[in-house]
Amino acid sequence: MAASAAVRSSMGLTFRLSRVMPDCNTCPLNRLKSCVSGAANVQRRGSFDSFRTINRNLQTSKGLYHSEEGSSNAEDPEDVVNVVYIDRSGKRIPVKAKVGDNVLYLAHKHGIDLEGACEASLACSTCQVYVSADHFDKLPEPEEREDDMLDMAPMLQENSRLGCQITLTRDLDGIELTLPKVTRNFYVDGHVPKPH
Amino acid sequence: ACVPRTAVNVTQGVALKPGLFTCGNTVADSFSICSPKVCIVGSGPAGFYTAQHLIKARQDVEVDIYERLPVPFGLVRFGVAPDHPEVKNVINTFTLTARNSRCSFYGNVNVGKDVSIEELQQAYHAVVLSYGAEGNRRMGVPGEDLAGVYSAKDFVGWYNGLPSCQELSPDLNCETAVILGQGNVALDVARILLAPTDILKKTDITQPALEALVQSQVRRVLIVGRRGPMQVACTIKEFREMVNLPDTRPEMMADDFEGVKEALKDLPRPRKRLTELMMKTALEIPSEKEQERQSKASRVWAFRFLRSPIEILANPDNSRTVGIRLAVNRLEGSGDGARAVPTGEVEDVTCGLLISSIGYKSLPIDPSVPFDSHKAIVPNNMGRVQHTAGLYCSGWLKTGPTGVIATTMNNSFDTARSVVEDMESGTVDVSAARPGSQSISGLLEERGVKPVTFSNWEKIDSLEMSRGEASGKPREKLLTVEEMLQVARK
Repeated sequence: MAASAAVRSSMGLTFRLSRVMPDCNTCPLNRLKSCVSGAANVQRRGSFDSFRTINRNLQTSKGLYHSEEGSSNAEDPEDVVNVVYIDRSGKRIPVKAKVGDNVLYLAHKHGIDLEGACEASLACSTCQVYVSADHFDKLPEPEEREDDMLDMAPMLQENSRLGCQITLTRDLDGIELTLPKVTRNFYVDGHVPKPH
Repeated sequence: ACVPRTAVNVTQGVALKPGLFTCGNTVADSFSICSPKVCIVGSGPAGFYTAQHLIKARQDVEVDIYERLPVPFGLVRFGVAPDHPEVKNVINTFTLTARNSRCSFYGNVNVGKDVSIEELQQAYHAVVLSYGAEGNRRMGVPGEDLAGVYSAKDFVGWYNGLPSCQELSPDLNCETAVILGQGNVALDVARILLAPTDILKKTDITQPALEALVQSQVRRVLIVGRRGPMQVACTIKEFREMVNLPDTRPEMMADDFEGVKEALKDLPRPRKRLTELMMKTALEIPSEKEQERQSKASRVWAFRFLRSPIEILANPDNSRTVGIRLAVNRLEGSGDGARAVPTGEVEDVTCGLLISSIGYKSLPIDPSVPFDSHKAIVPNNMGRVQHTAGLYCSGWLKTGPTGVIATTMNNSFDTARSVVEDMESGTVDVSAARPGSQSISGLLEERGVKPVTFSNWEKIDSLEMSRGEASGKPREKLLTVEEMLQVARK
């Protein structure tokens, strides 16, 4: 705790991060807002800790891996997992990941717009991804709570999973994760317009 | 188009510093040069997700979010159940957006009263209406206004601290409560009525609501729907929470599930899993352990199907409800399109508390804005309001009041995309500068309206959290607008 506080002050981080950071929304560091502890813990600990949470997000850079995001910084080939994200426009984004990386946080680190509204607490479905057929069966079975949240996801498919629940292993090397395209046009009565 | 001019400002003949540009006759500093200005009305998930997408899509866009209350976040703060804190984590995402230098929050501003839509349209390049659904669908039956009858919207607002619902003081001195509607809101209400208060006292439920629930005599909650089990609007997560609710037992009726097993195989996955769980709860003989748990339970919940309200029954002096008369229905058709048809039979159910959870409803904000009163939405095409250039809508106002945060997120990103497309195509002319909040702030000041900024809100936020700490709650919400304003302005 003391060490991280020292890092924070050495980086000159302040509460008003919108004044300090250039354009937060394009900065990959900003995407690391997904804190594992989540707002529930922040709220229990009180207002002071909301500072700590925001600053903790900023300090997590490539050189300071959080244990949930990846265990090692070393370029160990045994550790490497090649991942391809396919974003909502169809663009392929290859990423060199590590064993132990979490698919949601990995996406954020690479500026891929996979939302994680509930911050990995199985309380939303915004991190839904479609998993490549070759790798889908290699994933451990979803727990009941994940299946329950998937049931609420728009455009649910057979190969849907929640990104926040996927931890990379060696045998997932080559995995491709597609972000669902957002359909245009929503109608109250459920009418689906013909594509054009 | 905007061009850098290094020479002279045409109207004043003053040499401009490098970095200063002109748009027509207006001198702007390089930061606000013809920066497209967007105004968003409503600071719930729709407003914030629309803002988030706009700010990300264009580096030059500035977004101002107006909110009627002094506090932001809409239904995330006032709708999501107190015992669902993880769903509220999305507030962290919204907070980052609000703190972005290109985003400003103006709370305590009543659009439609303090400032008109027309004035906003003049000040901004684009206006996005994201003010959600603050009304509710009425049952339209006699007795709807008796004491003891509430809309779920008001009941939820009451326990979640919505200032306008703090005088509700629902009477919980009866044994049976009936909830009409079988969506997630209905289940939230049932759960809050039945959950052990030891659990509730660690949440951000308001103190008055907690006290009322501790005193509550309600022991049985019936969740009533017009159609059958395969038409329920709730989702499996919420139903499972009922099944697992401590100190309660289910009282589902086996007969309601006749013929359901055969229909299962053709159902899409979400409907299938939910129906299976309901069937299991109704038909399966529980394990010994579960039977024991159920026999000790002090509270009961049940779903009742194929029942529609005809009349709310009153006590002899017609002051409060003592029950509800229900029409017995049969189903015509199947699946989502099945219709409830009255059989002619009726059934009376005794209850002292009746909560109608049949849907929220959007209200028109301004006569100049098109409004479809049948569907209670603003008519639009991909978020572009019909017949009104530069006006957009997102969230429930756009599609109707259903959907979870993920749905609203997609919906709002969609509208933001339309706005950006229109800026790029010239449909929204961003070459001419607009004053944005500069002119609106002036108008508000003239009218004696003092907006609450995001940092003002953060004072309220801090105070609520530190108050909550004292009682082991994540926060103790302020319950009146006056208190909120007082704290905001310290």
